[in-house]
Amino acid sequence: MSGAEILSALRARFASAIVETHEHRGDTTVVVTRERLRDVLRACRDEPALGCDFLMDLTAVDYAKYPGREDGPRFEVVYHLYSLTHGHRLRVKVRVEEDDAVVPTAVPLWPIADWFEREVWDMFGVRFEGHPDLRRLLLYEEFVGHPLRKDYPINRRQPLIGPKT
Amino acid sequence: MGVGSFFTSKLDEALGWARKYSIFQYPFVTACCGMEYMATACSHYDIDRFGAGLPRFSPRQADVLFVVGTISHKMAPVLKRIYDQMTEPKWVVAFGVCTCTGGFYDNYATVQGIDTIIPVDVYIPGCPPRPESVIDGLMKLQDQIAVSAQRY
Repeated sequence: MSGAEILSALRARFASAIVETHEHRGDTTVVVTRERLRDVLRACRDEPALGCDFLMDLTAVDYAKYPGREDGPRFEVVYHLYSLTHGHRLRVKVRVEEDDAVVPTAVPLWPIADWFEREVWDMFGVRFEGHPDLRRLLLYEEFVGHPLRKDYPINRRQPLIGPKT
Repeated sequence: MGVGSFFTSKLDEALGWARKYSIFQYPFVTACCGMEYMATACSHYDIDRFGAGLPRFSPRQADVLFVVGTISHKMAPVLKRIYDQMTEPKWVVAFGVCTCTGGFYDNYATVQGIDTIIPVDVYIPGCPPRPESVIDGLMKLQDQIAVSAQRY
């Protein structure tokens, strides 16, 4: 399916859940509400015409201090989907506020989401509701804060041993 | 001049000569520098010429700790423990800029030079260092081993 066809198929089924879409030379993006995120992702995987059987990446973006986005929700969680059957790609985004940074987990849909979501929790402090084991993935448990947040001080060091600077 | 001191210095030299040609390394490889380390350790550059051809994969059997690659704060306690497990006499080589100073990883995750954690005898700069630099560092280490006070 082409990007436009993917978007119109999603719009036909989830009109109320779609916040925004974007399509430019195969760069197909759909922004959905958190309430319907799981339904949209499930449809992307199970609908035969969409068939996104591969979650290539799951990451997040911190839009604090981003020009033009100061007032909007702070975080965006991004899902990069790929269909091995059809060879097309789709990017799904969901926006969450800082004081309510929780997203439903995608682990039941794609088991690989397990470590992706742990990494996003580690780096951005976005929690995933229903995740089987939401611990830090890369950093150590003693680490305080989430280093890829834009308000993490660039010079703050938290060594386990050795000098504290 | 006592007979003892004459005798001791000669024994020191003999021991230094023997020790500098029997370097059993422990490669602590964490990052891309490992590729260059492997290139150096293989037949083309032949570090067996320097008696350093046999890596030991237990710190208890090793003389020289080669710290090859970026050390993160999470890895730092592991490195310290490996160093503590090595028996005397022991030496440490910092292989590549990340181990020397942290390199360009001036961030929340990276140790800014392993000499903040363990003592270092030879620094080999480079990102990664060419095998020639590694061999140069190895020969400098040999010189240090040969002239240092020998304990036995």
